[in-house]
Amino acid sequence: MDKLIISPAPHIHGGDSVSKNMTGVIIALVPALLVGFYFFGLGALIVTLTAVVSCVLFEYLIQRFLLKGETTIMDGSAALTGLLLALNLPSNIPVWMIIAGSLVAIGIAKMTFGGLGNNPFNPALVGRVFMLISFPVEMTSWPRPVPFSTAYLDAETAATPLAMMKGHFGELPDTLNLFLGNMGGSMGEVSAIAILIGLAYLLYKKIISWHIPVSILATVFIFTAILNWIHPEAYASPVAHLFTGGLMLGAVFMATDYVTSPMNTRGMLVYGVGIGIITVLIRVFGAYPEGVSFAILIMNAFTPLINTYIKPKRFGEKRK
Amino acid sequence: MKTFSIGGIHPKENKFSAGKKIIEMTLPQQVVIPLAHYIGAPSEAIVKKGDLVKAGQLIGKANGFISANVHSSVSGKVNKIDVQLDASGYKRPSVFIDVEGDEWMENIDRSSTIIRECLLPKEEILKKIQNAGIVGLGGATFPAHVKLSPPSGKKANVLIINAVECEPYLTCDHQLMLEKGEEIIVGITIIMKVLDVKRAVIGIENNKPDAIAHLSKIASQYKGIEVVALKVQYPQGGEKQLIDAVIGRQVPSAALPIEVGAVVQNVGTTFAIYEAVQKNKPLFERVMTVTGKSAAQPSNYRVRIGTLLSEVVTLAGGVPEGTGKIIGGGPMMGRSLMNLNVPMAKGSAGILFMPNEESVRKPMKNCIRCTKCVTVCPMGLEPFLLMNQSERNMWPEMEKERVMDCIECGSCSYTCPSNRPLLDYIRYGKTTVGGIIRSRAVKK
Repeated sequence: MDKLIISPAPHIHGGDSVSKNMTGVIIALVPALLVGFYFFGLGALIVTLTAVVSCVLFEYLIQRFLLKGETTIMDGSAALTGLLLALNLPSNIPVWMIIAGSLVAIGIAKMTFGGLGNNPFNPALVGRVFMLISFPVEMTSWPRPVPFSTAYLDAETAATPLAMMKGHFGELPDTLNLFLGNMGGSMGEVSAIAILIGLAYLLYKKIISWHIPVSILATVFIFTAILNWIHPEAYASPVAHLFTGGLMLGAVFMATDYVTSPMNTRGMLVYGVGIGIITVLIRVFGAYPEGVSFAILIMNAFTPLINTYIKPKRFGEKRK
Repeated sequence: MKTFSIGGIHPKENKFSAGKKIIEMTLPQQVVIPLAHYIGAPSEAIVKKGDLVKAGQLIGKANGFISANVHSSVSGKVNKIDVQLDASGYKRPSVFIDVEGDEWMENIDRSSTIIRECLLPKEEILKKIQNAGIVGLGGATFPAHVKLSPPSGKKANVLIINAVECEPYLTCDHQLMLEKGEEIIVGITIIMKVLDVKRAVIGIENNKPDAIAHLSKIASQYKGIEVVALKVQYPQGGEKQLIDAVIGRQVPSAALPIEVGAVVQNVGTTFAIYEAVQKNKPLFERVMTVTGKSAAQPSNYRVRIGTLLSEVVTLAGGVPEGTGKIIGGGPMMGRSLMNLNVPMAKGSAGILFMPNEESVRKPMKNCIRCTKCVTVCPMGLEPFLLMNQSERNMWPEMEKERVMDCIECGSCSYTCPSNRPLLDYIRYGKTTVGGIIRSRAVKK
């Protein structure tokens, strides 16, 4: 006892850390990833590896040589961004496009704002939307699911259910196949069940709360149910809307990104409802068949406003 | 099971000294009795160098309304009156007494017979509590008689006894309940009489089932006293949190518990009130826990006020090998001590040894806006925002974000995955904003 350490209270810490949270989300993504590998085979593997490696590498290079500071690649957030980007891509997209997307995600959407914690927009989604606008053809021709396929760039393509809804052609897969993920689409978004398993894990580990995913899914369900009830011929059923496109993946993994979502549960509900409404508006009335990415990015922009005006329930606040 | 409604955390309890019988601390050679405890004006010394004093004799007279009498805890000769560094890091005027024998004031009843009847009128009871120098033993050391005299026009309708002991490691209240259960219940009837309330509720967390059972059994023989088992959740011992947990009423911002008809007293204070009123014994000793993961024998000790902590530690087996930090109080709200040559004060509930590896904070990282600090804040505040504002000296904004509501429980810093020192910054802001508010009041 030669020297005692003096510091203000509290003197104990719960042991939570940034990397524990990031690792938790990565673990929650494993089911969706496995389904992606199953249906899209080799292509999915190449896309995932490219995205993860290039995101981590870009973060390292920027921190090491441009910012000349500490590198934080070990916290797992760059790897997670890469993983989320990969899951949002068709698995037959060329490698160089993925690298370009990763550079935009990490370099522009994350590091220019000051790195983890300071970015106003979800980096993976910025990367994806950049690719969608720059490479519209490659980004919207999805491969047909073939178990353990060894095809990559040469994979046979198929229309996604959302495109079918929009153009009124083809026959939608039945609900069971929608639920399992046996349909065309980005490699991580197809299987609702895999994503829901991930959600259960995130909730169990208290990494996220239920507010954002539930409010998004409920809003989309109610909104599309009303449309479907008014005009069943023109508008698809709410179940089809829930299980198709990037909605599940977006609601569970993209919209719940810590940095870009509101800071209290009341705000999260407003944010979730906003994403739900914008998604349906784009899907049903917009030019694009899918609108989850845009909806999340638009609501990301509203997050500071939500944080300013919607405060958590204060202790002793009058109960209404 | 009941608990408070907003936020909260559940740190590892580590109650190593639970169930350990209270050990009577041997008398030291010298005691150093601070004339000021943490809250209120220092009392005025009424003894001088060379005076002979007995245990329980008044040596410091309360000075003002929020101030408490101080009594000698030993018999002996006053050596000097001088300033002494106390456990909170402040220099306090203190009375140094060389111990000779152990003679108590004649009117103190030293027997262990329990006196259940109290026929005194309430004014007289209040006077006795005031004379005995009783302060809140939960840590804040607010004078008990002030708390028991609600401002005119306000009336309490329920007395809540804080037996939560939500700080990890500490067990002094728990052990006191097991050993002095009946005395505590009599103490409650006395406070009920003073406040003129018909109902008293003892809130105990359910990690102390033996205390819940013991007190429930005794309370069943008395009218209007009930025991409520509470879900283990920190900071349930916070006054506002406890009231919310027990009777479901939330004290508004900046208001006192009396606003919702409640008065809260700590269980140790209740025992001290029993001793003062029924046994004529002023507050000059208390139970404290000496503990830690590597402590030789984590235990509970009855210690005279003014005993140097180093003597308590020696009796408890010394400072364990590899200790990096010594905390006065619990790990969530206690203060780290510079050394052990500080006297035990009325609010000292424990000495905790932290091993080296737990003593140093981990490096801080960027805020990842995970909202965990907001989720755990028991007052519904936004710690991340308050810290940002404090860093930028945004005092009016901090006041608007209710920084003054912060109870400094530390749940935010405890939870933060980026190891951000949220409470350090909030405390700094709170002190500054508090000063601004006071100077505004003076100008008016």
